[in-house]
Amino acid sequence: MPILLSICFIAAVLAPLVHRLCPKYTGAKLLAAPLAMFVWLLTKLPEVGHGHSITQSFPWVRKLGLEVAFHLDGLSLLFAALISGIGILILLYTQGYFKGDPRQGRFLMFIIAFMASMLGVVLADHLLLVFIFWELTSFTSYLLIGFNHENPAARNAALQAMLVTVLGGLFLLGGMILLADAAGTWRLSEIITRGHEITQHKHYLAILILVCIGAFTKSAQFPFHFWLPNAMQAPTPASAYLHSSTMVKAGVYLLARLHPALGHTEEWTLILTTIGTVTFLLGAIMALGQHVLKRLLAYTTVSALGAMVMLLGVGTKYTIQALSVFILAHAFYKATLFMVAGGVTHETGGETSVDQLGGLRKAMPISFACAVLAGLSMGGFPPFFGFVAKETWIHAVWDFPYLVVATVIGGAAYVLVGFSTGLKPFIGKKPEGLHAHEVPLSMRIGPIVLGLGCLALAFACGPIGHHFVQPAASAVYAKDLEVHLHLWAGFNKYLVVSLVTLALGIGCYLLRPFFVKTAAALKPLAKFGPDAIYQFKLDATLRFAAWHTKKLQTGILRDYIRVTVVSAVALIGAAFWRAGGYQGWENLSPISPRVAIFGGLMIFATFATVRSKSRLRSILSLGVVGFCMALLFTFFGAPDLAMTQLVIETLTVILLALAFHHLPVFRHGSSKRTRTIDAVIAAAVGVAVTLLVLAALDVQTPTPVSDYYLEHSYKEAHGRNVVNVILVDFRALDTLGEITVLAIAALGAYALLKLRPKKEEAEK
Amino acid sequence: MEVVLAIVIGALYGGGLYLMMRRNLIQLIIGLGLLSHGANLLIFTAGGLRGDVAPILAEGATKFAVTPADPLPQALILTAIVISFAVTAFALVLFLRTYQTVGTDDVDEMKETDT
Repeated sequence: MPILLSICFIAAVLAPLVHRLCPKYTGAKLLAAPLAMFVWLLTKLPEVGHGHSITQSFPWVRKLGLEVAFHLDGLSLLFAALISGIGILILLYTQGYFKGDPRQGRFLMFIIAFMASMLGVVLADHLLLVFIFWELTSFTSYLLIGFNHENPAARNAALQAMLVTVLGGLFLLGGMILLADAAGTWRLSEIITRGHEITQHKHYLAILILVCIGAFTKSAQFPFHFWLPNAMQAPTPASAYLHSSTMVKAGVYLLARLHPALGHTEEWTLILTTIGTVTFLLGAIMALGQHVLKRLLAYTTVSALGAMVMLLGVGTKYTIQALSVFILAHAFYKATLFMVAGGVTHETGGETSVDQLGGLRKAMPISFACAVLAGLSMGGFPPFFGFVAKETWIHAVWDFPYLVVATVIGGAAYVLVGFSTGLKPFIGKKPEGLHAHEVPLSMRIGPIVLGLGCLALAFACGPIGHHFVQPAASAVYAKDLEVHLHLWAGFNKYLVVSLVTLALGIGCYLLRPFFVKTAAALKPLAKFGPDAIYQFKLDATLRFAAWHTKKLQTGILRDYIRVTVVSAVALIGAAFWRAGGYQGWENLSPISPRVAIFGGLMIFATFATVRSKSRLRSILSLGVVGFCMALLFTFFGAPDLAMTQLVIETLTVILLALAFHHLPVFRHGSSKRTRTIDAVIAAAVGVAVTLLVLAALDVQTPTPVSDYYLEHSYKEAHGRNVVNVILVDFRALDTLGEITVLAIAALGAYALLKLRPKKEEAEK
Repeated sequence: MEVVLAIVIGALYGGGLYLMMRRNLIQLIIGLGLLSHGANLLIFTAGGLRGDVAPILAEGATKFAVTPADPLPQALILTAIVISFAVTAFALVLFLRTYQTVGTDDVDEMKETDT
């Protein structure tokens, strides 16, 4: 598995290069990578079908317990097969869609990288690895949605999708850490065996909610559903692949994967069924009023994802079986319809509205055939696989009457969308001025394979159920299930409901103009929707950022000092407040008179420096401070320091005095009020630093590193003055750095002095 | 003993930062000087004061009879003193040139002298 995954990533990196070297049939060349994966998955089918799973791992960061671990069971196999299988067809489709477009290589790179990340999500066994791939899918999705980067709408949609899914990813990360903590392992394959411990854990509810937010943002559940229809700005191959059959199902995959660990509780059922049903109905109803091809499909995708979460929430073995069947059916018909829709728009010169399309059956017969197959499958007509899925589904939710009602309403909307996208563009009269011709072969293969698949799966539903659905459903349910799918289960109550749904759907289709008009009338309501809330929050964040940058980054040194100093004082103050003030007053050593005298003199000289209005006086008092420092050093056993300080202080005073007659007279630039505030700040700093020094004295390391120097100075370096030995021997490199700084400062000063601003002088 | 030094350090920090918040550039440089004194003394004191014996081994001895003052902060401060001198000197020259070129010592007025 790791090798095949790496091949996919390498293929992504090589894509632009391959395209540049030989631009013909790039897609066909690169599909070797997903094909290898697909074939490998098929060879593992018998093994996984018998309930075995395959684990491969090798250590990554040993110290952190990180491993690169992959795990293949029924559920991952179903998803991985869909991702790689549809990926193959999408690559071919891309080749036709971007024919002659120089950006093809780039697009292929993004989409293959996405495919590899998505395969990573469903195959990874280590939670953190899942998270990494999860974030990679968000990132590649951002690149794909914003692919037409000249278009502001595409850029906004890309940003929106990324912000929503990445924010959800952060919640997910929190949930994963808690989950790993509760389960005591990071390996998914082990976590799912510890469901009992996890659901009893005190953090269970937090884990569930965090994981759900992560999954719901990714899978466009209400109230995060809005990004998905907006993401239709992506080029069609990306929409068909990411936003119908793969990425958006990552959330569903994760919830299904964690069902054995987190499921079977009231909270699980409540959260997932409620959100799922709301999303299912909301998506279906909002789809009714759409007229743009891709948006029609997008809203039903939202709805379908809601249905998947709903079925998972109920969590009986029948609903989980229905879920697995539906995932398969949905991937087939939705990808076909997207590809056909893209083809129609592509070949008619960019027409996107269903109402402007019609009568294309003669111009695009093959697309028409594929669209009909997929559209009918979507509507749930016999003898298509959608019908099988619908039957299983109704059977599964039969004990929950309100879910049956929801299914009928949603199902009717699916019929409408299936007709609108699968039939409407091709039948009836061709509008004036609409020219079209059949799509090229590469764009035909995908729809043909998947469209025929909708039919073939239905007739092969026995083996499909046994080999694909059963292992997947068993993995989700964590018990071995027997799955028997039938195309014709006899005339029963489920069939009646199914037929009622179809009749209602056809009725809705005839009423479509009314829905479109109503939707247009309700448009003003959108400003209260989640999309508007998102926009408001985004704008507010940007405004806040602009405001606080303006406040903090004034470009004036004084303000920076003030902000830094006040924050530092506040932090020090908070620390002291928490510790209950400074405690060590009684441990202080007695004060000797000479220290007190010179210390007092230093304080006095400092105030004199600050208060002085004359240049000379302030320079002199600065000198006094320095010389007192030197004296203090002698009191505490630091003769070297005292000498250095003395020399340097003398030099500084001389230097300042030399520059003195070039300097202007002092004058107060700032107002009295500002000076008072600054004085208060300065006093606060003084107090804080004093306390800090006293507190620091209580913290002494048990064995200071100095003892080493004291002991080895003579033995190893043959020097009696330990300070000197440290400087020139133990820490010689530091001293070299110091000398370098001095040299650079001297060079800089010399250069500045030599610099003559000739031009300005000439102007004056 | 430490308490005196702590108060001195506090005064140096307060005074230094107050001067650095002035608009006059020369006051800024003097403030920087006070602040570096404060920082040096802070390192010196925070390392712990261990009496007045210098860390210099007597002639002929191979071991210290009494624990001397901590040599490590001394080495650090020695470097710091020299470097702060370099910084002060450079800042002073930079200021002098700036003053000669733009004709003001007020940092706020310098904002309008971009040429």
